[in-house]
Amino acid sequence: MLQYYQPQKDFGTPARVSDQLVTLTIDGVTLSVPEGTSVMRAAAEAGIKVPRLCATDQLEAFGSCRMCLVEIEGRKGYPASCTTPVAEGMVVRTQTEPVAKLRRNVMELYISDHPLDCLTCAANGDCELQDTAGEVGLRTVRYGFEGANHLDQPQDTSNPYFTFDPSKCIVCSRCVRACEDIQGTFALTIEGRGFDSKVSAGQATDNFMSSECVSCGACVAACPTATLTENSIIALGTPEHSVVTTCAYCGVGCSFRADMRGNTVVRMTPNKEGRANEGHACVKGRFAFGYATHKDRITTPMIRESIDQPWREVSWDEALTYAAGRLKSIQAKYGRNSVGAISSSRCTNEEVWLVQKMVRAAFGNNNVDTCARVCHSPTGYGLKTTLGESAGTQEFASVAHADVVVVIGANPTDGHPVFASRLKQRLRQGARLIVVDPRRIDLVKTPHIQADYHLPVRPGTNVALINALAHVIVTEGLVDEEFVAARCEHDAFQAWRDFIADPRHSPEATAEITGVDPEQVRGAARLYAQGPNSAIYYGLGVTEHSQGSTAVMGIANLAMATGNVGREGVGVNPLRGQNNVQGSCDMGSFPHELPGYRHISDEATRSQFDAAWNVTLDSEPGLRIPNMFDAALDGHFKGLYCQGEDIVQSDPNTQHVQAAMRSLECLIVQDIFLNETAKYAHVFLPGSSFLEKNGTFTNAERRISRVRKVMPPLGGMEDWQVTMALSEKLGYPMHYSHPSEIMDEIARLTPTFHGVSYEKLEELGSIQWPCNDDAELGTPTMHVDEFVRGKGHFVVTEYVPTEERASRRFPLLLTTGRILTQYNVGAQTRRTANSAWHPEDVLEVHPHDAEEYGIRDGDWVGVQSRAGDTVLRAKISTRMTPGVVYTTFHHPFSGANVVTTENSDWATNCPEYKVTAVRIERVTSPSSWQQRQREFAEQQAALLAAARSS
Amino acid sequence: MSGTSLQNNIRMANQIARNFEFEQDEEKAVAAIATHIQRFWAPLMREKIFAYLREDGSGLAPRARQALERLMENEPA
Repeated sequence: MLQYYQPQKDFGTPARVSDQLVTLTIDGVTLSVPEGTSVMRAAAEAGIKVPRLCATDQLEAFGSCRMCLVEIEGRKGYPASCTTPVAEGMVVRTQTEPVAKLRRNVMELYISDHPLDCLTCAANGDCELQDTAGEVGLRTVRYGFEGANHLDQPQDTSNPYFTFDPSKCIVCSRCVRACEDIQGTFALTIEGRGFDSKVSAGQATDNFMSSECVSCGACVAACPTATLTENSIIALGTPEHSVVTTCAYCGVGCSFRADMRGNTVVRMTPNKEGRANEGHACVKGRFAFGYATHKDRITTPMIRESIDQPWREVSWDEALTYAAGRLKSIQAKYGRNSVGAISSSRCTNEEVWLVQKMVRAAFGNNNVDTCARVCHSPTGYGLKTTLGESAGTQEFASVAHADVVVVIGANPTDGHPVFASRLKQRLRQGARLIVVDPRRIDLVKTPHIQADYHLPVRPGTNVALINALAHVIVTEGLVDEEFVAARCEHDAFQAWRDFIADPRHSPEATAEITGVDPEQVRGAARLYAQGPNSAIYYGLGVTEHSQGSTAVMGIANLAMATGNVGREGVGVNPLRGQNNVQGSCDMGSFPHELPGYRHISDEATRSQFDAAWNVTLDSEPGLRIPNMFDAALDGHFKGLYCQGEDIVQSDPNTQHVQAAMRSLECLIVQDIFLNETAKYAHVFLPGSSFLEKNGTFTNAERRISRVRKVMPPLGGMEDWQVTMALSEKLGYPMHYSHPSEIMDEIARLTPTFHGVSYEKLEELGSIQWPCNDDAELGTPTMHVDEFVRGKGHFVVTEYVPTEERASRRFPLLLTTGRILTQYNVGAQTRRTANSAWHPEDVLEVHPHDAEEYGIRDGDWVGVQSRAGDTVLRAKISTRMTPGVVYTTFHHPFSGANVVTTENSDWATNCPEYKVTAVRIERVTSPSSWQQRQREFAEQQAALLAAARSS
Repeated sequence: MSGTSLQNNIRMANQIARNFEFEQDEEKAVAAIATHIQRFWAPLMREKIFAYLREDGSGLAPRARQALERLMENEPA
């Protein structure tokens, strides 16, 4: 919905929740508010704004600015309305002669030490200080401007995204409090006393860039003046309208207001009404949006006969005709199953729906897969098997009710930073923390937080550790017998209990496998079981293993055995890597199942789709992504449509993937950049960024949120329109005039989405599925009275060691992951100033290993596995466990996935990114793969340049 | 079928079987392995490993082999 720009409504202090209502009168208006509400907030709810500077409803009241003074009958003096709670029968006056005079006098003091540059100030028109000066009727500053002041304080421009101008600071501490209370980083402080007080990032010698600041932007959002201002606002001016949309980065799915001037985004402001983030953001969503208009964008369709030929820019019609023609001729020559498609979790629900529909209806097979294959496919399998639904059980806000939090194989402060901030808030309130991770992730010890247990599990042994935790619960009488008896299958539980009680699963017996101190395991198990509310959050450190699905089922077993499912504060919570992993899985993007996780062999389900789509669907599962690569190298799979995914960089064993791409007769890539995969393509179809299209994303808490177009697609078509046009060329026309019509079809054909519509999303803001006749407003917490499958199903989780083990030849284990400032393959974030923090992927090595292999910080290090080798710069880090090295995969020339292998989860083929046996050595030159890759990239750049210059 | 991809399929079948080794009831284990392959493997993959089974099959773990033989019996040649 287009909204003329208005600052987000601010009630001054946070809302309170209470059954007890208190009735008071403010300026003659009588109202009732929950007990504990401040007078300031009550006034705001009555439509009365009390002037304020240090107060905002994002932070607890501080009471420092003395601007919000009011009169209260029967009370002496002029209390601050922000720190005064309402009382029954209270009579408040917010505007009297004495308080007006007091406020004016206080404001006069502020302004006596403030530059009078409103007309040229970046915050002009969007400044609370300016507004408040107007509200209190300040007309003169009697003190003059000649006295001591801070007007000559130098600016700090070290951060690429915002400027700190201390000359405009009123020392209200909102920024410091935002950093502490909202973000939980504690990077800012007030240095000095009295008149010398000033906001400082880190130590006195630090600037913002060198400090602990993580550039979440909470301080900038909190600042009531122009002291902390986005550089985009300084450069482009204040917005004139804004559009609510959803972030295109991680699975938290933050709601944002895209603040606009015409078609230009001047700022992304976290939306306070967004349920996933409630006004908070991270450096990616808040600031790293410039990639959308980067010069590398390709906005004209291109085709070529073979990958050693120059690209030729063509019209959309020619490109689509060419693409469809090649696919059809491949099918005519090699058979119906010789083509397929891969969709992306960076695309909307509506887009991935259309891709799987086109494959099933127009290609006539089920060869469709999505990038969740390589991240959370074990979550789908594991949670469906045990609980009955392929999704997490809670909403993010649930963590506020948790007493014990277990984080397994996830690094939320980097991967899911906005959820991490929520989690840290709860931990600072006293919730206990167990971290299971080979690395000492930041959460283990961070300001005011110390994990009770850090279990540094050896990579590849999660299942043995989870079994050991379960063993303690079962053998020490910590099972919630009542819950299990009422909610779970009896026979399966008994089988599991007998299995897990075997002494071979004890912490002592498994210590040699996991490398974890048995007493620590016992302590952690007892803590988890005692709760009373215990919640598990896990990530790709669980799923991306040869037993990823088994580990997910083991986690579900733990939750069921201790009765930690079905209410707030508990549950099994997968932290999804990309913004629409949940959605792309929901939409039937896997080759074995139709939307809503219904197997393709189910005739009743298939017949609904047959009727709706006027086709006869194939009843057999199609090829998964790794199977597509194998079949391509076999000569059976010849054509691929790849939408929004960069499989050459993101998938394991890069050389295998590259060989598969080279063997294709037609590779169609639809993307916003000529990514690594597109370098092997024959057809390039320009994609649209999340700013250029309408649709929905579904985040890790099953929350469906609108993505709204704020600018026209640079290539002229939104992604769903491109798929629709390609389908038409293939002889299967689709007829949608807006993504809302696609959602209507999704709702008609998917039971968990029956109640979802754009109209309802407009009304509610967002919806957590299931949303249907049984849950018209959606479902924040799942499995409340019974599991989706009826009774919970315990699964026996035998530990099967991975075949990928350290050996004399490859003595170390490599594990991969991501970092705060970069995202996935980096196609987006590398094209922003985020690269200032992470310009290259590095290899983290423990000091002991570094010493053994003669490696110093900053050395070039060759990393070799049985799959391949690459060269990375070393970073000596005590975060690592000895014997384990770590890197990220954000930069294409790093070649992290040249080293990872084809090993995968037994149930889903999700790659085992987290365990690769490697050896390392100091080197002086890039690997042979890197040299070949550079030559190939230069060749492809020249072929692209040829297209652009012709 | 290329050596690499056949080897991948053999490895995957054996890996599935290894994850059902805990099951003491052989019949149950074989049925579970067969069901898993039936539900998640594309016909192309099944056909290729059936061909391997007919020709040789020596690289398959016993339970994987039994499961594939069972599937093969139920599928048209």
